[in-house]
Amino acid sequence: MYEGPVQDLIDELGRLPGVGPKSAQRIAFHLLAADPADVRRLVTALTEVKDKVRFCTICGNVAEEEQCRVCRDPRRDLAVICVVEEPKDVVAIERTREFRGRYHVLGGAISPIEGVGPDDLRIRELMTRLADGTVTELILATDPNLEGEATATYIARLVKEMDLKVTRLASGLPVGGDLEYADEVTLGRAFEGRRAYS
Amino acid sequence: MYVARLSATDFRSYAQVDLDFDPGVTALVGPNGQGKTNLVEAIGYLATLASHRVAHDAPLVREGAERAVVRGVVVQDGRETLLEVEVTPGRANRARRGGAALPKARDLLGTLRTVLFAPEDLAIVKGDPSGRRDFLDDLLVARAPRYAAVRSDYDRVLRQRNALLKSAGSARRAGAQLRTLDVWDAHLATAGAALLAGRHELVEALHPLVDKSYAAVSRGGGPTAMEYSSSVAPEIAGSTDRELLEAALSAAVAASRDKELDRGLTLVGPHRDDLVLSIGGLPARGYASHGESWSLALALRLAAYDLLRADGGEPVLILDDVFAELDAARRESLADLVAPAEQVLITAAVASDVPEQLVGARYDVAAGQVRRVR
Repeated sequence: MYEGPVQDLIDELGRLPGVGPKSAQRIAFHLLAADPADVRRLVTALTEVKDKVRFCTICGNVAEEEQCRVCRDPRRDLAVICVVEEPKDVVAIERTREFRGRYHVLGGAISPIEGVGPDDLRIRELMTRLADGTVTELILATDPNLEGEATATYIARLVKEMDLKVTRLASGLPVGGDLEYADEVTLGRAFEGRRAYS
Repeated sequence: MYVARLSATDFRSYAQVDLDFDPGVTALVGPNGQGKTNLVEAIGYLATLASHRVAHDAPLVREGAERAVVRGVVVQDGRETLLEVEVTPGRANRARRGGAALPKARDLLGTLRTVLFAPEDLAIVKGDPSGRRDFLDDLLVARAPRYAAVRSDYDRVLRQRNALLKSAGSARRAGAQLRTLDVWDAHLATAGAALLAGRHELVEALHPLVDKSYAAVSRGGGPTAMEYSSSVAPEIAGSTDRELLEAALSAAVAASRDKELDRGLTLVGPHRDDLVLSIGGLPARGYASHGESWSLALALRLAAYDLLRADGGEPVLILDDVFAELDAARRESLADLVAPAEQVLITAAVASDVPEQLVGARYDVAAGQVRRVR
């Protein structure tokens, strides 16, 4: 145990995801030795992220204004919505520059163990967005794990009656990889989702 | 295949231990509590990423240490492969094969294959159904490592679904929760069907081998029967048709929904099934004598060994303290049956427990020190 403030800092850092007790200690001592101006910049960044960042009223992505950059962009296709779990998924898909539609961020996935049900996610907001008929395609891009699949299935069933094209991102082999190194689950999925050469 | 070298750091009682093994028989001899079993447990861990003694990893790490490391060199067809696993309780294990880090520790499965006999095996015959299900599932994974994913998917769906049933049952937010139950039902049926198909196929392949081994161990006893008894529906017995199994499981889950909501538990599925073993027409559990039960337990392990060998790549046999449990006749039979194996590792409290057919290399283990004496 260290003296008061240092230990408090280590404890706080240790509560962050991906930071264990050893790393927390390392970061704490790094901060202690760092230039005061650097630390102040970090403090400002931390305060601003809580004060200034809001969630887009349309899609739920992080935004600096009422709406996020994607929803404000008039060039985006209003007919396609891509459903993701977290804002970081938006960033990942934006990096591809392949997708020109808009997003819907659920804020997680259905997981009864963690007490997360559909009402805890922004599913009702999604249904409202779909209600007026402008959207013609819904892309379900939740994570390819059990909870993500369950969430995708749930949404797909909800919108079944609507006149809507519902698609799920393909899962399969990583590009640039070797077939022999793919694990069996991935390879199996890739087989299931194979497509005809046209 | 055989294990040529074992090195363990902060594993159980050992701060550091390094051993070389030859093909053939090696006995680890020493009084109880000196660390013999820890050594074969480490080898078993490289093969299955689990201990045969405890369900959790925490006891595997030496008191005061943060993580344990197990390394082994496996030789198959003259090729050496170095396997390494880092065990950190509460975190995902990290594994390396041939020096290269594997994306998931699970990917290590299948490189080293072992069949381990232990005193606990008697519980497969005499104990609860869970022991028999684990026996089948462990063997499934040993034969085809992809079943590790099937098994963990099913466990996860089950936990999610049970959590949902529990909270929906308490009616706090029943409406919202219930709407997702259909989704979990569908996932349970898919994952369960994959597991059931695997188990059905395995029982089919295993039974003739069990019967043969039982006759050999008990010197003419039997016949034995193995029947997979499913909680899902009697019609699906033995089927390996996944679509059929999935449909049957869906129907069974739908039929028991009210009861499940009352109990807050999933009441049908592979996790409620049993493998009914019988000898001479009578169920082994409850009817078989102590000796017969042991013969059957040994026959199950020997059948597992035969099956893995038939798949290619002879597994390493590990006999952990079993000879002391057996009477003279069974001891002899077992020794005759395992003697031809490529590698047999034996632990025994006293050297005289090891039958003559199995005399080979010998290490003495005392107070955590391992010394080669022969």
